[in-house]
Amino acid sequence: MKKFDKERLLLALAGPVIALVLAIALTSIVLLASNRNPFEPYALMLQQLPYSDIQVLIINQAAMYYIAAIAVALGFRMNLFNIGVDGQYRLAAVMTAVVGANVGLPAFLQIPMLLLVAMLTGAFWAGIAGVLKVTRGVSEVVSTIMLNAIATSVIGYVTLSDVWGVQVGNNMTTGVMKKSGWFPGINLGSDVGEIYGMVFVAIALGIGYWIVLNRTRFGFDLRATGASESAAAASGVDAKRMVLVSMLISGAVSGLAGLPLLLGDSHTYSLDFPAGLGFTAIGIALLGRNNPGGIAFAALLWAFLDKASPALDYATPVAYEKEIATIMQGLIVFSVVISYEAVRQWGLRRQQRQVGAELAAAAAQNTKKEVAA
Amino acid sequence: MVANHDIHLSVRRGTVHALVGENGAGKSTLMKILYGMQKPDEGTIAVDGEQVSFSSPADAIARGIGMVHQHFMLADNLTVLENVVLGSEKLYGIGGNARKKIKEISDRYGLGIRPDALVEDLGVADRQRVEILKVLFRGAKTLILDEPTAVLVPQEVDALFDNLRELKSEGLSVIFISHKLGEVLSVADDITVIRRGTTVGTVIPSETTPRQLAELMVGSELPTPETAESTVTDQAVVTVKNLTVYAAGASLGELGAQPETATAGSAGATARGDVLDEATAPGAAKRVLDDVSFTIHAGEVMGIAGVEGNGQTELIDALIGTRHADSGAIEFLGEDITGWQTRKRRESGVGYIPEDRHRQGLLLESPLWENRILGHVTEKPNAKGFWLDIKGAQADTRRIVEEFDVRTPGIDVTAASLSGGNQQKLIVGREMSHNPKFLIAAHPTRGVDVGAQAQIWDRIREARREGLAVLLISADLDELIGLSDTLRVIFDGRLVADADPATITPEELGSAMTGAASGHLEHVDTAPEGNEGAAGPEDEAR
Repeated sequence: MKKFDKERLLLALAGPVIALVLAIALTSIVLLASNRNPFEPYALMLQQLPYSDIQVLIINQAAMYYIAAIAVALGFRMNLFNIGVDGQYRLAAVMTAVVGANVGLPAFLQIPMLLLVAMLTGAFWAGIAGVLKVTRGVSEVVSTIMLNAIATSVIGYVTLSDVWGVQVGNNMTTGVMKKSGWFPGINLGSDVGEIYGMVFVAIALGIGYWIVLNRTRFGFDLRATGASESAAAASGVDAKRMVLVSMLISGAVSGLAGLPLLLGDSHTYSLDFPAGLGFTAIGIALLGRNNPGGIAFAALLWAFLDKASPALDYATPVAYEKEIATIMQGLIVFSVVISYEAVRQWGLRRQQRQVGAELAAAAAQNTKKEVAA
Repeated sequence: MVANHDIHLSVRRGTVHALVGENGAGKSTLMKILYGMQKPDEGTIAVDGEQVSFSSPADAIARGIGMVHQHFMLADNLTVLENVVLGSEKLYGIGGNARKKIKEISDRYGLGIRPDALVEDLGVADRQRVEILKVLFRGAKTLILDEPTAVLVPQEVDALFDNLRELKSEGLSVIFISHKLGEVLSVADDITVIRRGTTVGTVIPSETTPRQLAELMVGSELPTPETAESTVTDQAVVTVKNLTVYAAGASLGELGAQPETATAGSAGATARGDVLDEATAPGAAKRVLDDVSFTIHAGEVMGIAGVEGNGQTELIDALIGTRHADSGAIEFLGEDITGWQTRKRRESGVGYIPEDRHRQGLLLESPLWENRILGHVTEKPNAKGFWLDIKGAQADTRRIVEEFDVRTPGIDVTAASLSGGNQQKLIVGREMSHNPKFLIAAHPTRGVDVGAQAQIWDRIREARREGLAVLLISADLDELIGLSDTLRVIFDGRLVADADPATITPEELGSAMTGAASGHLEHVDTAPEGNEGAAGPEDEAR
């Protein structure tokens, strides 16, 4: 039945392609409405792509998006909306930075320890929402959003100068981490930049995600719960345990999301550490259909829009606002939701028809044979 | 449209026209075409002699064709009035005018509907009448009813048929889809039989018998659910002692209970109504299962009869472990399994054919082989240790498809693309493949055509011969009587009566189901054999 496989691939691709085409068309309409050239910004952004320093920036940024989106996707696969990735990764990053600045082990111990600290912090923060849902029935959407706000306050406290904060000029940091905790990357020269070592950790995470979901009993239970909670319960999945476990895993993964930057470049948590990654990741996971390959593509696309758009501000002869990229990202999320649902329903109907047709054809053949006999 | 070919159907005004056929025969497709949900590739539809073409249900409604779906499409938290006007606010507004119109329709056809009742307080039969009223409100002259009796008890079926007779006497036409030939014969003026996507004949009820009709439908020998010889042993497989379960609201923070109470369908409705009544009385929470005790032996099929919503769902849930007993004990092969998780129960040999296969038995958008894994993910051939054994599961799915005659072009299609009967065969095949010692079979042949029904019965009987203990819960009284070795009646959460399936009649069972009789039901030979013209809905084809 290779035919159905091919068809499923086609359907899987149709959703994102339609969404992107729709988003580009809508962006062009916005450009037209503001009396701008509806196509030139795309060309300008694409012209950035051949520069290797931009490529490195894109890859590094995409790695962070990727990890965060995998964390979101894990929840999505079982209908759990972990909106709290944002708080989880920031809190994890700050804790890792503090531990990294105050504990100095040899590198082969320091780096695994820091990764563990980040994962435990993320898991702990997500676990609070998990426990609340399991014991009190609190919606994880509400609790994780609230935990995001609490995380911001906790970070503010941790970075106070009489706690662990270190003032550097105008900036509050957590102090520079010990050198042994710097994750080695691939240095491509001073004018190009360095690819974070964590990029490979992100790739490994993607592979691990796929294997766990598609090849293990646990993954099957998780997907079954996402596909139909009632069917999963009847099949013997313990819903509460599943909620808690997947929340913990999702939190552990999101704890890693800030580390490419922290361990690869900044080596300290400061006020300008990027925030909002967790929300961007929701859109990326959506666009990537919770599929590790799709998420990689979506993360790269997002990072490309992020890193290529500043060039719009300096374009000659006509400069464009770099916010065009933000508009586009918003429109992508918007069209993704519509196109996926449309494609899904269309695909289901189409397959029902095809199955009906094949069965009828087989039945017709049988009767012919009977007549012949 | 290859699912249908050469369909000829003409419905006369002011008649009830029944459409019967096996599942997957193409009834649903035909109905979808008539209701504008699908377009035919060839052929024509004419309404009142005028050729029409529908591209959406709205077109069909405009032509006076309305549909009452098998699964109700009502918003529980709205009133009847709100449900009825929803989407057709322009017709009579949403206030007094609409209310007047609803009352008028209700009185005219004897539907007995209160426009301001909350839908969530209504029973299944009432909801169905609301659906019918919705269609009439939109000006339908032809009603399509898709298996309307599947969710009703005999008494409710009679009431529905009275409504239908009322409708046709007012000049409306009804297209009535059903598997139950006895019902069809009692209510229809014409009967069209569909087999393998084509019409094989139209008959008049007075000139045919259920048997002839069924043979027309299947095109072959007919099944009966009768079990030949008793295979009951004295080895107890399942022993339930004083099992009591309180209504879901009583235990707070029940995560698992959330989806159950949200059931849009039948079972929850009446139960919830009762809870409301109970709530007014101070004191204890409602017992949805009250002190239930029974033993099922190896080789025994125990049937449970009862009107839906009298504790059957809770009993099943308690046995499979998705809901835990508040008191009492469940023993399985001598072990106390009361505290066991569902998975452990299933692994140790409890098979489960759930009452709602779409919600509990299948992952509709997953391929068949993943559905074969569902419920047995830890067992061979689906898993090797921690890992899934995808090749093994796929090979075994092919075997099930072959052995259980699941009609599908392959195992990679989604479960949703199979017809109901074939979905059910897949579930039965899956459960039987793990050599269960105890099978919970809830409505194993609901919505399943005659052919598949016979196969499923055969499988249950076969396994019973090899020592399987079965708990059979069914709304089909003939199935219960024919298949069971012992019969119990459940009413208001209690097992109130028992009966010998060899002598009991569906009518006697039916009256016990309403709580009118209890204790041991003896068959009384008063009326001469019920061969009179008024064949009740219980008269199943055989």
